[in-house]
Amino acid sequence: MAKVLRWDVLVGALLIAVFAAGSLTSPGFATVDNLSFALGDLGEIALIALAMTMLVVAAEVDLSVASVLGLSSALVGSLWDGGMAIEAIIPIAVLTGAVCGLVNGLLVTRLGLPSLAVTIGTLALYRGLAYVVLGDRAVAQFPPDYTALAVNDVPGTPIPYPIAVFVLLAAAVGVVLHATGFGRALYAIGAQEQAAFFAGIRVKRIKLLLFVISGTVAAFAGVVFTLRYGSARADNGVGIELAVIAAVLLGGVDFDGGKGTLGGVIAGVLLIGLLRNLLMLGDVSTEIQSIVTGLLLIVSVLTPRLVSLVRPALKGSP
Amino acid sequence: MTTATAPPEQTTPARSARGLVDLVFRARELSLVIALAALVGVTASVNGNFLSGQGIEDILLNTATLALLAVGQSMVVITRNLDLSVGSVVGLVAFVTGDQLASGWGILPAVLLGVAIGAACGLINGLLVSFCRVPALVVTLGTLYVIQGIDHYIAHGRQINAVNLPPGLLSLGNGSVLGVPYLPLITLVIMVAIGYYLRSYPSGREFYAIGSSPEAARLAGVPVRRRILLAYLVSGCLAGLAGVLWLARFGTVIADSAHGWELLVVSAVVVGGVAITGGVGSVYGAALGALLLTTIGSALVVLRVNPFWQQAITGALLLLAISVDRVLALRLARLLRNRSRHG
Amino acid sequence: MSGAPTLALANVSKSFGAVRALRDVSLELFAGEAHALAGENGAGKSTLVKTLAGVHRPDTGQVLLNGEPVVFTGPADAQQAGVAVIYQEPTLFPDLSVAENIFMGRQPRRTLGRIDRKEMHGQARRLFERLGVALDPEQPSRGLSIADQQLVEIAKALSREARVLVMDEPTAALSGNEVARLFSVVEALREHGCAILFISHRLDEIFSLCQRVTTLRDGAWIASEPVAGLTHDDLVRRMVGRELGTLYPKEAAELGEVALQVDRLTREGVFTDVSFQVRRGEIVALAGLVGAGRSEVARAVFGVDRWDAGSVSVAGRPLPAGSPTAAMGAGLALVPEDRRQQGLVMELSIERNIGLTGLGSLRRGVTISRTAERDRAKDWAVRLQLKFARLSDGVGVLSGGNQQKVVLAKWLATKPSVLIVDEPTRGIDVGTKAEVHRLLSELAGQGIAVLMISSDLPEVLGMADRVLVMHEGRLTAELSRADATEESVMNAATGRAA
Repeated sequence: MAKVLRWDVLVGALLIAVFAAGSLTSPGFATVDNLSFALGDLGEIALIALAMTMLVVAAEVDLSVASVLGLSSALVGSLWDGGMAIEAIIPIAVLTGAVCGLVNGLLVTRLGLPSLAVTIGTLALYRGLAYVVLGDRAVAQFPPDYTALAVNDVPGTPIPYPIAVFVLLAAAVGVVLHATGFGRALYAIGAQEQAAFFAGIRVKRIKLLLFVISGTVAAFAGVVFTLRYGSARADNGVGIELAVIAAVLLGGVDFDGGKGTLGGVIAGVLLIGLLRNLLMLGDVSTEIQSIVTGLLLIVSVLTPRLVSLVRPALKGSP
Repeated sequence: MTTATAPPEQTTPARSARGLVDLVFRARELSLVIALAALVGVTASVNGNFLSGQGIEDILLNTATLALLAVGQSMVVITRNLDLSVGSVVGLVAFVTGDQLASGWGILPAVLLGVAIGAACGLINGLLVSFCRVPALVVTLGTLYVIQGIDHYIAHGRQINAVNLPPGLLSLGNGSVLGVPYLPLITLVIMVAIGYYLRSYPSGREFYAIGSSPEAARLAGVPVRRRILLAYLVSGCLAGLAGVLWLARFGTVIADSAHGWELLVVSAVVVGGVAITGGVGSVYGAALGALLLTTIGSALVVLRVNPFWQQAITGALLLLAISVDRVLALRLARLLRNRSRHG
Repeated sequence: MSGAPTLALANVSKSFGAVRALRDVSLELFAGEAHALAGENGAGKSTLVKTLAGVHRPDTGQVLLNGEPVVFTGPADAQQAGVAVIYQEPTLFPDLSVAENIFMGRQPRRTLGRIDRKEMHGQARRLFERLGVALDPEQPSRGLSIADQQLVEIAKALSREARVLVMDEPTAALSGNEVARLFSVVEALREHGCAILFISHRLDEIFSLCQRVTTLRDGAWIASEPVAGLTHDDLVRRMVGRELGTLYPKEAAELGEVALQVDRLTREGVFTDVSFQVRRGEIVALAGLVGAGRSEVARAVFGVDRWDAGSVSVAGRPLPAGSPTAAMGAGLALVPEDRRQQGLVMELSIERNIGLTGLGSLRRGVTISRTAERDRAKDWAVRLQLKFARLSDGVGVLSGGNQQKVVLAKWLATKPSVLIVDEPTRGIDVGTKAEVHRLLSELAGQGIAVLMISSDLPEVLGMADRVLVMHEGRLTAELSRADATEESVMNAATGRAA
């Protein structure tokens, strides 16, 4: 089955089109400063999208990532307020994220619950715990060395540090997903879990690991978020899971699992970032941004289904 | 060598299996009532005001909107789907109808407008899920944000003030008949009507059939897509009505009404015994779940517990409910398996 | 029996992608007649049933109701027309009561269109009395045995006053007197003027129940004729398309030491106290009715399910319960029953599927070597004479027989010492079937121990050195090649003393 048009290539083309349109219509858009800023603004979403890609390929989903981000942020704020050293706080926050992911993973793999239901529950639980930890306070004045790390560019480049981390991680995830046995196993699990299990793949162990990774990355993103804005709040990053899932699905990863490429997801992430940036430059209110993201999400799941409805033939169960 | 079991012997496992299944489902509603009673008992013993007329009325008023949403949501969940957009529909409707009422609309047209907006949202969700076969979670997450964005766009930072609303509306929110406030009464009537429909009408049973086994429902000639569409439509309409009731209750609203309530609603439904995997549960259970969650919220205030715990408790209860359901289902399956062999 | 047939198919064809499931098939069902549909697995019987049921719409050709062309746009239309179908797999709503399952959509009503539950339960009870069974209409259908579920389906058809009753292997999971009871009900329906279409793998049943028989082979119509005057062999020849004798080439092989030893294996409520051994070079068949627990034993041995008591050892070394990974490490391989769900990942390519069992051995450093992956696939594709265009093609485009070869390749590539095959030739064409048999025989000759689960009696009798028979979760007989006959195996499988 040689596909004439691949979804991820299509998104890549769309990305270029949006970029071109932006350059033509908005004078401040195609500048190094603006693009660097747009990238930096995308950091947390991009990081979490990497972990989410692996989960969705394996036909699972983690809706609690934004809440883990918030809990991590609240912890950073609370501990810093309590006088702990930032060097100790960061590992604690990240480790907490790993535990959050472990809880998700255990509920999914040990009890066999749908990850959707579990992570809706922990979405409420972890966000609630964030409020318990920090209340509605905001903690600021983090050490400038660290906030600078979250904002500044890698010397000599227009790339912010968090994006540099993303690039490294993305390379690793790309290799894992597309060139290792682990990656092969993920696609098999997502497409046909039973067959993967019958082939001796340790399905539960792999899924558990994916949830732990997702929690860890989300907590790390929480640290980045806190330092970047220089403000720890329990409601940091509310709703980010939507942008992440939109980016992943827009990138051509099938919500039912088993399909998708990391290249597509990166294109999806950048597309969402550029659109947000353009809307911001065009002085469009944040409300419209929320509408656009929501619509993008719907379009990204709807289009492939419509295409498959229009083009029936080929597959079909006898 | 035994040949085969005679018919009379077969009835025994069948009967006891039925008893077993019954027990599991009754146990859920029973345990909810017990939890509720324990919660009320403990809280009342700490602070007597909790059980005062005003205290009870507050809880009932707060439950009314949530229970209404839970009733609509349970119809959707029974068909093995999900509607996350209800909270944002409440927000949108509360603001838009508030705007119209403040500019001189009558109450009835406003209610109709609210329900119509809700119906439109439900229709879009339902069409996307049933006819385009897009995963319900993703669709309704998307519409959640779209509707919320429209709400904020229309509101543009403004606020609807109670003083500009017709007094009739506000008395709907706070008034009562024979000591029973209107809002819970409205919810009660709708809940009983839908509960009765789902239980006593052939088409009502089809919602359960779809959630229990979509494939079997299709083979049995059940109009699966139309029923799912209807479930979303009802959920949307009730969310629209809930938006008007919200306005009536609080009078002053900004664009953020019922923000994040989708979680609360889903939790209420699941805690109330509607299986997230469809086919099982009742709107009464869902409403009971809503009552429990609301009571917990009120009790936390009375017990002077950090109110920030409420969201965490809601999440934990949801997890507890689905875990208990799952463990019981596994136990039951194992028991039935053994009986069917050894019977 | 004169006049137009109650329901008929005229020159119907139906394709799924590249697979042509039905080619120009005609069939006539008359009132008061029981008509058998015969054919091997994969001959197109289930597609034909689903076409009658309104699930599939023919690509070409017509469905005729009382001689008039009709178009069933869905199952509801077919039901409206009086067609009731009992599928191979019962299709009940597990959360709803037995009575609700019977009357879904047609519940007795009282005022205002409400369901009359009392009347519904009463009617259900009367239906069960007519069927002579004691089922409680108010019990949920979750947890019913397969036989009881089948009875609920029949009660459903009865309640519809169906004019056409289609039964797709209704007896596969039933014991002797359950079958007898079913037949008396069907006989009564037929005398009432119902047209019956009956599908069964047990030829005896066709001969005792039906008046006419239509045979399908590879999706094509072969013959429609009266049953009277036909012999078993005639029917088999029509189904298979050649003489039986040439089919099974199992040659005697040197038996080596015990490769697989299963001791008192028990999984509560599923199977009990199952003990047997398989030697190197031996093919042991596990026979029995569907639902007797054969596949479940295989799944437990391979670690897909856990066992509660007993032990499994391979070449004298005990296996841990519930770990396919450990079983594979010990040299076990399982070609599962359900190719589409368990054997293959349909979305993945041929080479990825074959590589799936060797992710460890294909590793070069951290990453998978694509060359090694392709070589492994190519090697086995050639050895098994797989027909394919490119190894990067999805397995979904292959025919059933070639898909089965991919599953075999995937497992043979692990160089197993014990190979368990569950229904290895189900749903594949006759040519490939012979190839699979030759392959199994060769593998045994190379010293591999083969455990074969099969519902195909000629296959069991032709291939096996020894036959183990299961009935209701227990081993009821062990027969040598010489003692194993259709009769002795069926007796043990249905619980009658041998």
